[in-house]
Amino acid sequence: MREVISTSPARRLLALLPLAALSACDRAVLNPAGDIALQQRDIIYISTALMLLIIVPVLALIVVFAWRYRDGNKDATYDPHFDHSTALELVIWSAPLLIIICLGALTWWSTHLLDPFRPINRISAEKAIDPKAKPLVIQVVSLDWKWLFIYPEQGVATVNELVLPIDRQVRFDLTSTNMMNTFYAPTLAGMIYTMPGMRSTMHAVLNKPGQYDGMSANYSGAGFSDMHFKLYGVAQGGFDNWVARVKASGPVLDTARFLELEKPTDKVPAMYFSGAEADLFDRIFKRCVKPGTPCGTGMHGMQGGGHGAMPEKGKPEGALMKQGEEKGRGESLTPPPGAQPSPAPHSHQER
Amino acid sequence: MAADALTEPQAEPSFYDIEDSHHHEAGGSTLLGFWIYLMSDALIFATLFATYGVLSSAYAGGPSPREIFELPLVAVNTALLLTSSITYGFAMIAMQEGKLRGTQLWLVVTGLLGIGFVGIELYEFANLIHEGATPQTSAFLSAFFTLVATHGLHVTFGILWLGVMLVQLGQRGLHPENQRRLMCLSMFWHFLDVVWIGVFTFVYLLGVLR
Amino acid sequence: MFTESLARTIFGRLTFESFPLHEPILLVTFIVVGLLGLGLVGVVTKYRLWGWLWREWFTSIDHKKIGIMYMILGIIMLLRGFSDAIMMRLQQAMAFGDNPGYLPPHHYDQVFSAHGTIMIFFVAIPLIVGLVNYIMPLQIGARDVAFPFLNNLSFWLTVAGALLVMISLFVGEFSRGGWLNYVPVTNLQNSPDTGPDYYLWALQIAGIGTTLSAINMVTTIIKMRAPGMTMMKMPIFCWTALCSNVLAIAIFPVLTGAFALLMLDRYVGTNFFTNDLGGNPMMYWNLVWIWGHPEVYVLVLPAFGIYSEITSTFTGKRLFGYSSMVYATVVITILSYLVWLHHFFTMGSGASVNSFFGIATMVISIPTGAKIFNWLFTMYRGRIRFELPMMWVIAFMITFVVGGMTGVLLAVPPADFVLHNSLFLVAHFHNVIIGGVVFALFAAMDYWFPKAFGFRLDPFWGKVTFWGWVVGYWVAWTPIYIVGLMGTTRRVNHFDDPSLQIYFVIAAIGAGIILIGILAFVIQIAVSILNREKLRDTTGDPWNGRTLEWSTSSPPPAYNFAFTPQVHDLDAWYDMKDRHAQRPTTGFKPIHMPRNTGAGVILSGLAMALGFAMIWYMWWLAIAAVAGLFVVAIVHTFNYNRDYFIPADEVAQSEDARTKLLAAGA
Repeated sequence: MREVISTSPARRLLALLPLAALSACDRAVLNPAGDIALQQRDIIYISTALMLLIIVPVLALIVVFAWRYRDGNKDATYDPHFDHSTALELVIWSAPLLIIICLGALTWWSTHLLDPFRPINRISAEKAIDPKAKPLVIQVVSLDWKWLFIYPEQGVATVNELVLPIDRQVRFDLTSTNMMNTFYAPTLAGMIYTMPGMRSTMHAVLNKPGQYDGMSANYSGAGFSDMHFKLYGVAQGGFDNWVARVKASGPVLDTARFLELEKPTDKVPAMYFSGAEADLFDRIFKRCVKPGTPCGTGMHGMQGGGHGAMPEKGKPEGALMKQGEEKGRGESLTPPPGAQPSPAPHSHQER
Repeated sequence: MAADALTEPQAEPSFYDIEDSHHHEAGGSTLLGFWIYLMSDALIFATLFATYGVLSSAYAGGPSPREIFELPLVAVNTALLLTSSITYGFAMIAMQEGKLRGTQLWLVVTGLLGIGFVGIELYEFANLIHEGATPQTSAFLSAFFTLVATHGLHVTFGILWLGVMLVQLGQRGLHPENQRRLMCLSMFWHFLDVVWIGVFTFVYLLGVLR
Repeated sequence: MFTESLARTIFGRLTFESFPLHEPILLVTFIVVGLLGLGLVGVVTKYRLWGWLWREWFTSIDHKKIGIMYMILGIIMLLRGFSDAIMMRLQQAMAFGDNPGYLPPHHYDQVFSAHGTIMIFFVAIPLIVGLVNYIMPLQIGARDVAFPFLNNLSFWLTVAGALLVMISLFVGEFSRGGWLNYVPVTNLQNSPDTGPDYYLWALQIAGIGTTLSAINMVTTIIKMRAPGMTMMKMPIFCWTALCSNVLAIAIFPVLTGAFALLMLDRYVGTNFFTNDLGGNPMMYWNLVWIWGHPEVYVLVLPAFGIYSEITSTFTGKRLFGYSSMVYATVVITILSYLVWLHHFFTMGSGASVNSFFGIATMVISIPTGAKIFNWLFTMYRGRIRFELPMMWVIAFMITFVVGGMTGVLLAVPPADFVLHNSLFLVAHFHNVIIGGVVFALFAAMDYWFPKAFGFRLDPFWGKVTFWGWVVGYWVAWTPIYIVGLMGTTRRVNHFDDPSLQIYFVIAAIGAGIILIGILAFVIQIAVSILNREKLRDTTGDPWNGRTLEWSTSSPPPAYNFAFTPQVHDLDAWYDMKDRHAQRPTTGFKPIHMPRNTGAGVILSGLAMALGFAMIWYMWWLAIAAVAGLFVVAIVHTFNYNRDYFIPADEVAQSEDARTKLLAAGA
C-alpha cells in the first residue's frame, strides 16, 4: 500500500475517489467489534435519520424557492406584504420541536443506558449477560506518551498493548499521571478522559476476535500523535495463555520502574511486566507514587484524588520569583521533551 | 416639495427630526454603560467565587480556614467598608444639594476608611504569609488570596479614582462632568461593598463554621 | 558574569536563541513580512501619509472609521490564520507512514493552536465587531456610539493583542496548547516556554477590548435609537447585535477570570489548575467552555442578522416572522449559556448531567430551525435578485443546515462518546463557522461595501470568491467528516494508516480552492478600487434597501444624518420611500460631535508593552508600562474638552452636494 501511494498519488487519487466514500462504512466507528460501540453507532444512525426527516425537506425547499421566486420568473406570485402567518409560524416552531422531543427522549434513554459508569446489561444483541460473572478489571494509566494497562486480578501489566477476552464484560478504571488524554478504542466503546488526580470508569465488552487500534484522542503534547496502543480480542483460553506467558517473563512493575516509565517518551513499543505493585494504581491517582509523598483522599469519578499531595516533581516556582538565569532562554522552538530515546530495557516482543 | 411636508405635519407623519428635539442625554448613557461594566465585573467575581467554591476544601496538607482566619479583624474591616459606603452616600447627598465643601469632606472620610480597609487587609495577608500560609501552599489558599486580593485591588483602584476626583473637584467644582463621574464612582464603591458582603459571608463566616 | 546578569535583568529571558534563525520556514516568513512591512512604511512615508493616518484614522473616534479599521485588521489576520490552515492541510496530506511531514510536532502544535486562536479572536471577532460598529449606529439612526473614545480604545486593544500574536511568530514561540490553551499542557511545569504567556497576554488585552466594545454597543442600542424606533421596530441586525453583545458581556469576564487564574499559576505559582496541591485542571475546561460555547453564538447571531437583512432586501419583501425571529434570537442567547458541558461529555459527569446538557443543546436547534424557515418564507412569494450577497445566503442555508445536523448529532452523548475529539467534530464546527459566520461576513462585505466607500465591489471577482469558498469548503471538509466517522482524531501530526491519505490529499486540494477564493477577494477589492468610477453609487441606496443606513449618502458624512430620522415602521427607509418622504434640504443646524483623541493608541501601546515585558520577564518594563497606563489614563480624564460642533454651514455644504448628486442621478 505504502509504495503505491508514494509512486503515483494522482492516479491513485482518481481511482480511489468513489471507493473513498464507501470505505468509511467499513471502519471501526461504523462497523465496531464491541457491543457498546455498536449501540453508539446505532444511536448515530437513528439520530441522523430523525434529523433527515426535517433536513431533507428544508434543503429541497431552499432550492425550490430559490429557483421559483427568482427575479426572472414573472409567473411566480410576488407578494411583498406576506410577512406573517400564524399557521405557518406554528408549523415552523412545532416541526423542529417534535423532532427534538423524539431526539431528546432518545438522548435521555440512551445516555443512561450507555453511561460508561454503568455495568453493561448484555454481552451482545444475541447474548445475555451472566449476572454472576464479575467483570474483568483493567486499570488504565495514561503516561506521557504511552498507555499503561494493569491487570490487577491477573497480576500482569503491559504498555501500549491491551488484550481482552471476547464476550466478557470489562471494567476500565482510568487515570493519568500528568496530561489529560482520552482513552479511545473506536471499535470498543467510545472514549473517556483520563485525568491526573482523578479516576474515571468505563464498562465495555469486545465481541469479535481480532487486532484493533486504540489511541489517545485528546491532544496532550509533543508525543501525542504516536500515543497508540494495539487492542487484541482473543478467546478466553487464548487470554489465559497470554497472561501466563506475560507472567513467566519480564520484570515486575515496582515503584522505581514506574517512576522511570513515567518520564516522557514517545513511540514506545509494547512492554510487558510480570506483575505490578498491588496499590500502584491507587497511588498514581492519589498522586503519591514517589516515596514520601502523602496520599490524597481517594474518591470516585469526577472527584479529585490528588488533594493533599505534596508536589511530586518539585513544582516550579512562579515566574515572578525568577531571577537571572532562572528566567531561562526563551527559545524560538522548544525541542519536545520526548527527544531522548525511549527506555525499553525490559521490553520484548511477545506476540 | 420639502415645503409641503413641512407645512402639513398633520397630514403626513414627519420622517425627519427637523427641530433636533431628540437630544441624547449623555449622562444617562454613561450611567447605564457603567452599570453594565459593573455587571461584567460582577461576573469576574462570580468566576472567582465559583473557583473558591470548588477549591475551598483543597487544603493539600496546608492550613484550613478555621486555623488561619481571624474573624475579629475581618469584622473590623467589614465595618470600615460598610461605613465608607454610608459616608459616600453623604457625599452624594451633599453633591445633590450643590455643596462642594461637604462633598469633598465626605469623600475624604470615605477615602480614609478605604485606606484603613486596604491597610488591614495587607496586614492580614502579611500575617498569613509570615505563618507560611502563602498562595502557593494549597489550592484553597490560592483561591482565597486571589478572591480577596482582587477585591482589595478594586478598593485600591477606587481610592485612586477618589483621589483624582478630589483634585478635579478642586479644579472645577461640581461640574456636570464631575457629578457624573462621582455617580459612577458611587456605584463602583457600593458595588465593592456588596461584593465584600459576599466575601465576608461566603469565605470568612462559612470558612470558620466549616 | 556581570554583563550576563545585567542582560537578564534588562532583556529577561529574551536571548539570541529566541529568534528563529535556524528555522527556514519562519525565517523566510519573517523576511517576507518584514519586506512587505518596510514597503508599506516606505509608501506611507513617501506620500507623507503618516499625519493623515494619525489624524483621520488612528485617533478617529468615528464609529464608521473604527468599523473599517476593525475590518482591515480582521482581513489581514485572516490571511495569517489561513496560511496556518494551509500549513496544517499540507502536513496532514504528507505525513503518512514513514514520512514525518515537514512540521515537527513542536512546530505543528503551535500552528494549530495559532490557527484556532487567530481565526476566532482576531478574525471572526474583529470582523463581526467591525460590522456592528459600522452598520448598527446607522441602522438605528444615531450619529455615533454611546462612548466614542472607548470604541477607539477597544479597537486598539484588539490590535495590541493581534500584534503580540504576530510577534510570537518571530520572537519566541506561540502556545502549543490548542486554541483554548488547555491545561495541563500549558501549566508552568509542562510549558515553561513563552508560548502560553503570549497566548494569555494577547487574549487578555484583546479580550478587554472586546468586553468594552460590547458594553459600548449595548448602551448604544438601548439609549440611542432614533425617535419612534421601539425595540420591536428595530432592524433585525441590531437585535442580533444586541443579543450578541449582551452575550459577550456575560461571557468574556469568565474568560478573563480563567486566564487570570492561569496567569497566576504561571507567574505567582498558585495552584488553580495544577495537578498537585489541590489544583483542578478540569475547572479550567469548565471556565473556558462557559465562555467558549456562547462565543460561537456571539459570532453567529450577527451573522443571522446579516442574512436576514440581505434576504429581505433581495427578495423585495419584509422579513417573514420578524417577531418570531427576535424571540428566536433571544432564546438562543439565553440557551447558549446552558450548554457548555457538551464539550466534554466524555469527562464522565454522569448520565443525568450529560443528558441535561445534551438536550439543552438540541433545544437550541429549535429557534435556529425556526430562523431557517423564516428565511425560506421570506423568499417565498418574493422576487429574488441573485446578486452576490443573496448568493451567499443560499450557500449559507444549504451548508449551515448540514452543519446544524451534525451539531445536533454531536449533542447526543452516546454519539459524542465516539465522535468527540474526532475529525468529525472538527468538520462540524468548520461547517457552521465557515458556512455560518464566514459566508455572512463575505455577504456583508459585498452588501455594505458600497455604503462605506460609495462604490460597489466588482461582481466577477466576487463570484470567483464565492465559488472558491463554497466549492472549496465542501471539497475540504467532506473528506474530513468521513475520516472522522472512521475514528480519526484531531490535532494529530502524522498518521500510520496509509489508506487515509487520500482523504487528506482531497482536503488539501479543497483548502487550495478556498485559497483561490481568498486571493480572488483581495483581487476583487483591488479591481473595484481601480474601477471605482464605473462602480460608483451616487444614490446611497444601490440595492433598494429597507433600513436607515441606506437613507444617507455613501459614504455617510461624519455626522451620519443631518437630521435624525423619525421611525414609523420596521423597514424604516422602505417606509420613507414608500410614502415619498422628502429629505429636508434647508434649515441645517450645527451638529454636536466628539473630538478625536490619541489616548486610545497610547494606552494600547502601553498595554502591549506590558504584555511583551511580562512574556519575556522584563520586570522593569512591566512596571514602567503599568505606571504609564495609570498616568495616561488619569491625564486623559483631566481633558474636559472632548467635543465640538460641526458648523451648520459645513453640514449644509455636504448636504447640498448630496442633493445635486441625487438630482443628477434621477
